[in-house]
Amino acid sequence: MKPVLEVCGVSVDFDGFRALDGVDLSVARGELRFLIGPNGAGKTTLVDCVTGLTRPTAGEVRFEGRSIDRLSEHQRVRTGIGRSFQTPTVFDSLTVVENLDLAESFRRSPLTMFLRRRRVTDGVATTLERVGLSAVADRPAGALSHGQKQWLEIGMLLVQGPKLLLLDEPVAGMSPQERLDTGALLHELAGGDQTLVVIEHDMAFLRRFARKVTVLHEGKVVSEGTVDEVQADPIVREVYLGRSRDARSGAVPSPVAEPVLEAVTGSIGETG
Amino acid sequence: MSILVPGTDNPWKARIAFLAFAGGLLALPGLLGSPGDVRQWAEWLCYAMVAVGLDVAWGYGGMLALGQGLFFGLGAYAMGMHLSLEQVPDGSLPSFMSLYSDYTELPALWRPFQSFWASAAVAVLLPMVIAGLLGLLVFKRRIRGPFFAILTQATAVIFALVLIGNLKLTAGFNGLTGFTTIFGRNKYAPGTNRWLFQIAAVGLLVVLAVAMKVVRSRYGKLLVATRDSEDRVRFLGYDPALVKTVGFMIAAGMAGLAGAVAAPVFGIVSPGQFDYLPSILMVCWVAVGGRGTLWGAVLGALVVNWIRVTVSSSRPDDWLYLQGLLFVVVLAFMPGGVAGALRSWWAWLASAVAGRLGTRRTAMAPAVEPLGETA
Ligand SMILES: Nc1ncnc2c1ncn2[C@@H]1O[C@H](COP(=O)(O)OP(=O)(O)O)[C@@H](O)[C@H]1O
Ligand SMILES: [Mg+2]
Repeated sequence: MKPVLEVCGVSVDFDGFRALDGVDLSVARGELRFLIGPNGAGKTTLVDCVTGLTRPTAGEVRFEGRSIDRLSEHQRVRTGIGRSFQTPTVFDSLTVVENLDLAESFRRSPLTMFLRRRRVTDGVATTLERVGLSAVADRPAGALSHGQKQWLEIGMLLVQGPKLLLLDEPVAGMSPQERLDTGALLHELAGGDQTLVVIEHDMAFLRRFARKVTVLHEGKVVSEGTVDEVQADPIVREVYLGRSRDARSGAVPSPVAEPVLEAVTGSIGETG
Repeated sequence: MSILVPGTDNPWKARIAFLAFAGGLLALPGLLGSPGDVRQWAEWLCYAMVAVGLDVAWGYGGMLALGQGLFFGLGAYAMGMHLSLEQVPDGSLPSFMSLYSDYTELPALWRPFQSFWASAAVAVLLPMVIAGLLGLLVFKRRIRGPFFAILTQATAVIFALVLIGNLKLTAGFNGLTGFTTIFGRNKYAPGTNRWLFQIAAVGLLVVLAVAMKVVRSRYGKLLVATRDSEDRVRFLGYDPALVKTVGFMIAAGMAGLAGAVAAPVFGIVSPGQFDYLPSILMVCWVAVGGRGTLWGAVLGALVVNWIRVTVSSSRPDDWLYLQGLLFVVVLAFMPGGVAGALRSWWAWLASAVAGRLGTRRTAMAPAVEPLGETA
C-alpha cells in the first residue's frame, strides 16, 4: 500500500548537536505505528519535523506522496496532519466544549467565525462521549485533572478528523484504567481510515497494544518490526542495557546492580 | 447555571446590563446639569471607546498595544480636517493654511475631507488598514510581547513628529482648532454639549455592542486561545498572525471612531494629545478597570479620568504622583482591576446569600475552581 507518511533521510542539527541523523520512516495508511527509544533519542524531534515545528537540516518529509517541507505548521494541519504534545496544552480559560469547538472550527469560513456558538455541534458531542468528558463539558479546561486534560487534547485532535495523528506519549501520567481506554481508542481509530504514529515509553502498554514498532536511538532508526522481533533484536537490548549501565555512571556492574539489569532485560524480553 | 454566578455565558444578563448602561447614559446629562460637565463626560466616553478597543487587543488578545494614540489621533485629525473646512466657504483654504502656507488652492490631501462621510470613513478605515499592515509585518515574523509594545509605541511618537514637522498641512504643534460650527450647529448654542454627549454615547454603545459580539463569537474564543498559547493554536490549523492582526485592527478601528467623535468634543486636535504619553495612559485605564472584561475597560476609562479631573482641579501638582500610585496599587493588589475585584466580591456575596438560603449551589468561584470529583 502507498505510504501516507514518508520521512526520507531527515537530519536535525541543534547548534552542532545531531538530534536526528538520516532517519528513514515509512508509515502506511491505516497503520498504528509505535515509536520507542530511550529519553533523548529524538522521538519528539522527529514528530516536530513532520508537523513543522522543527525544520530538518537535511532530508525530506512527504505526506500522501507530496513534499510538505515548505508548508507552515497550520498549513500542515489543514492538509490533515494532527499532533498532540508531550505535556498536554489545552486552553485553560476556555471550557471543555469551547476547546473542542475551536478545534473543530478550523475549517469554517472566516465570516462564520464571527458568529456566536449557539449549540454543541454533533461532532463535538460525539467527541465528548468518546473521550468521556461529557460530565465536565462546561468546566474551564484549567480545572481538569491531568488525565482529563490529556483526554481533552486527544479529543481536540479527533474532532478535527486528521488523516495522520501523531501522539507524543499520550498515556504518560494516566491511571491504569485510563491507559487501557486510550489503547482501545487507538486501535479503534487505526481500524478506520486514520493513520497513527504513537510515541510511547511504557513497555507494558507497548506489549499490549503495539503492532509495528520503530526503535530510535541517538537520532537513528536502530530497529523496526513487530513487537516480538524488536524485543528479540540484540541491538535494542544493547540500547536499553547500555543506558542502564550509563545510569550507574559507567561503573563495572556490581553485584548490587544485577537485579536492576535483570529488571530491564525482563521488561523488554518478556512477551505479553 | 444560576444568574447569580458571574462569568457564565448568559446572553440575557449581558443584554440587561447593556440596556441599563444605555439608560444610565441617556439620563446622565440631566443629572450633571452644567454644560461644562456634560462636555467633560462626552470626552470620557470617547476615552472609553478607545479603552474597549484596547481591551479587545490586550485583554483578550494579549497584544500590549502601546500606540493607540496613533489611531485615536488619525480619527481625530480626519474629523478635525473636516471641521476646519466647515468653518470656511467651500473650496477655500482652512484658516491656518492661509497663514502658514503659500497654497493657492486646497491640497489634494485635504480634498476628501470636504465630505463628512468620507472623513468618517477615513477616520475608521485608515487606522484599520495601518493596523492590518503593521500587524502582518510584526506577527508574521513572530515578533512578540515587548517588541510589539515598543514598535507600536514608536509609531505614536513618529505620528506626532510627522504632524509637527508638516506645519503647512497640519498646522504643526498648534493643531487644528476654531471649530465654531460643528456639523451645522453653533458650538455655543445651548444644548450643543448635550448633543455632542449623545453622539459620544451612541458611539460608545455601538463600540461596546460590536466588542461584545466579537469576544463572544468563535473568533473571540480563538483570540483568547491565541493569547494563552500561540503554538497550540497553530497546531489547530489556524494562523495566529492573522488572528492577532484582526484583533489589532478591531482595536484600531474603535480608536479611530473614538477620535472622530472626540474632535468636536475637544474643540482642538493637536499632536500632544496623541503622543506616546496619552497612549500609555490608555493602557493604564484598561489595567485599572480590569483587562479582559469589556465593562472593566469602560469603568477604568471613566473612573481614572474622573479622579484625574477631580484631583487636578484642586491639587494640580499631585495628580501625576497619584496616578502612578493608583496604577502600582492596582497592579500589585488587584490584578483583575476594579472589575475583577467587584466580581470576586459579588461572587463572595452570592455564595454567602446562597449559603444563608440553604441551597446547595456550588461553583461560585468565577475563575478556576478545584475539582471535587473526577469523571
Ligand atoms: N530545541 C532544541 N535545542 C537543542 N537541543 C534540543 C532541542 N530539542 C531537543 N534537543 C535535544 O535533542 C535530543 C532529542 O530530543 P527529543 O527529540 O526531545 O528526545 P525524545 O523525545 O526521544 O526524548 C535531546 O538530547 C534534546 O536535548
Ligand atoms: Mg519526547
